[in-house]
Amino acid sequence: MAKFSKSDNSVAVIIGSGAGGGVLGMELALKGIKTVILEAGGRHNPQDFVNDEWASFGQISWLDKRTTSGDWRVARDFSGLPSWIVKAVGGSTLHWAGASLRFQPHEWKVKTEYGNIKGASLEDWPIDHKEMDKWYTKAENHMGTLGTGGRERLPGNNNYKVFEAGAKRMGYKDFHTGNMSINSKPYDGRIACQQIGFCFQGCKSGAKWSSGYVSIPKGEATGKLEVRTHAQVLKIEHGKDGKVNGVVYADKKGTIHKQRARIVCVAGNSIESPRLLLNSESNMFKNGLANSSGQVGRNYMRHMTASTYAIFERPVYFYRGTTMAGIVTDESRNDPSRGFVGGYELETLALGLPFMAAFLDPGQWGREFTASMDQYDHMAGLWIVGEDMPQASNRVTLHKKFKDKFGMPTPNVHFSDHENDIKMRNHAWKQSTALYESVGATKVIQTPPYPSTHNLGTNRMSAKARDGVVNKHGQSWDVKNLFISDGSQFTTGAAENPTLTIVALAMRQAEYIAKQMSSKAI
Amino acid sequence: MRVLKKQAISRRSFLKGSTVTALGLTVMGPTIFGKNNAWSATFKNISADDGATLVQMARDIYPHDHLADKYYAAVISGYDKAAGKDKSLKGMIGKELKKINSASMKKYKNNYRMINREVERVDILKANTKSPLFAKVRGDLVVGLYNNKEVWPKFGYEGESASKGGYLNRGYNDIDWLDKV
Ligand SMILES: Cc1cc2nc3c(=O)[nH]c(=O)nc-3n(C[C@H](O)[C@H](O)[C@H](O)COP(=O)(O)OP(=O)(O)OC[C@H]3O[C@@H](n4cnc5c(N)ncnc54)[C@H](O)[C@@H]3O)c2cc1C
Ligand code: SF4
Repeated sequence: MAKFSKSDNSVAVIIGSGAGGGVLGMELALKGIKTVILEAGGRHNPQDFVNDEWASFGQISWLDKRTTSGDWRVARDFSGLPSWIVKAVGGSTLHWAGASLRFQPHEWKVKTEYGNIKGASLEDWPIDHKEMDKWYTKAENHMGTLGTGGRERLPGNNNYKVFEAGAKRMGYKDFHTGNMSINSKPYDGRIACQQIGFCFQGCKSGAKWSSGYVSIPKGEATGKLEVRTHAQVLKIEHGKDGKVNGVVYADKKGTIHKQRARIVCVAGNSIESPRLLLNSESNMFKNGLANSSGQVGRNYMRHMTASTYAIFERPVYFYRGTTMAGIVTDESRNDPSRGFVGGYELETLALGLPFMAAFLDPGQWGREFTASMDQYDHMAGLWIVGEDMPQASNRVTLHKKFKDKFGMPTPNVHFSDHENDIKMRNHAWKQSTALYESVGATKVIQTPPYPSTHNLGTNRMSAKARDGVVNKHGQSWDVKNLFISDGSQFTTGAAENPTLTIVALAMRQAEYIAKQMSSKAI
Repeated sequence: MRVLKKQAISRRSFLKGSTVTALGLTVMGPTIFGKNNAWSATFKNISADDGATLVQMARDIYPHDHLADKYYAAVISGYDKAAGKDKSLKGMIGKELKKINSASMKKYKNNYRMINREVERVDILKANTKSPLFAKVRGDLVVGLYNNKEVWPKFGYEGESASKGGYLNRGYNDIDWLDKV
């Protein structure tokens, strides 16, 4: 494994090792570029993960203080936990369920497609689906995505079978066990899924793709990638020429280090990435780094989400097997006749008993609640994920008073639903309730959004510098050797789970960076 | 379909774990210890009466008739330890319980836990959901009660599965009634 000097100013520094950072690190190393990934969390092997929801949460989740504001229910139900992400090598791809969907072609161009939507700051992506096609294929092959590249999908579990029966009765046409990045057969040196059912807690068998134990080791094997753990970056520094030249980070003990860099790529997820840019203000960049447009931290998106849990007369044991085990895509089309623009996916989901208690109906108590919990083994459930409208006022800012243990201001996450989000959520609840009732549900619970697992958009890509933070390659409009490499570069969120797109963009960005470096443009 | 019996803790170990001794106190009301003295928490910093009231409150917040008091008491007994170290917590518990009791005295002529009917006790709780004590008990319980591995089998939840080879050969897809609905 490589080890680079902190004064080596020829390295590419990547901040964060999740979907974006981990894959970018692998790709740059494979291209022979010396790369250092600085990761705030530690490193865990798949065997170390625990099949226990709260214990796992304590083991790998990002627990540093965050605050919330806005009218979203998360701010009331979980005021200190706006989002659920990971602090460890692999980032949130340790927690993730594995659903890997391509955007639909029109979702790259929603401003054109939807027109002007009041209150929404829509933009078209400066990329289109034709260009992304080959990157999606590359990403799917790397992640072993099922239902693509000739890879067979997983067999359905109990939760899926209930869902499928309902989908048929609803007349839905497009449903299956999902394009999961989980091995249905041995692939890439990893075994097939054992149907353990703790996919969110880090897959102990390694059947599920994660950048932490799949991509990063491939990069490390080249001798060009060093991953430094327990290294939280506090500030990105620049020279008089306005180019970034290194980062300041704190190690486990709080000791401050500096790592010099030829280029810096920010991939800390959509709350930490803008936090870091805002905290990197200087005399030259008074508003924060890369923020001449004022867009850093804005247009925070989290997908329109919700869940539906249904209780049946007979047992289901929905927690047995993959956590997310199937999808209906019929509602993902853009069909304004439903009363909203954009669409949503229905994806099965099961929670263990501890998380079900916390999330089924947050804050609720008494017999109505416990009567549902008593039927835990008779439940089936699904998650709703749809496109939400970007809004300039939904944003990540630095808290004026609170600081973390290294003295870095903590982030505040402000979010309010757009009217379109609310209409879409109500539609999805109605459809999914009907789906479960069609197979005999005796009670259906419409569960509000969890803390955000899909955090997007806070350093968005734009065709013009004034509308966003980065260009079509994720390169800062203001600082040409500074890149954004995670979900925060999303212009809009589409209806699909974001990780496949984050990975495809990271692969595409790696090629661009390599070309720019070899032509000495950066 | 592999269907579980929703009961796993054997009667014997259940009884063995319950040393009722110190709690055979005369102040104990019939609603708690009279009809179900299966839990063994001996409180040092919170009065036995307050402890029993808290356990009743915990049950009324998350009532599961198939769970013995000891599972609620397991969460509440943590307060006793904490109250030993934290005077303000101890004070808050005492003060808030007094408020709840005086409200129930006024309306139902009895202390909260001595009220026999659940609806009436819940009525008192509903009027006190803003109480910091209510918020604390509810918040701690929603994690503590359902995160107790001993209660999982009673809900039909099997917990950890990796060491058993997952559910690949243990019923991940054995649902057998869908063609009947
Ligand atoms: C429970 C759950 C289920 C999910 N399921 C799916 C799914 O099925 N399909 C899907 O597409 N997506 C899913 N997601 C979302 C997916 O995991 C994320 O969208 C994706 O991982 C985001 O990638 P990222 O690179 O933006 O950030 P992350 O993967 O979160 O990586 C960010 C990394 O940066 C590190 N970091 C942050 N700040 C700093 C700093 N200052 N210095 C150093 N390091 C730093 C963090 O510790 C972290 O490791 C799920 C998420 C969760 C939580
Ligand atoms: S169900 Fe499959 S993917 Fe999920 S944790 Fe188990 S082995 Fe891994």
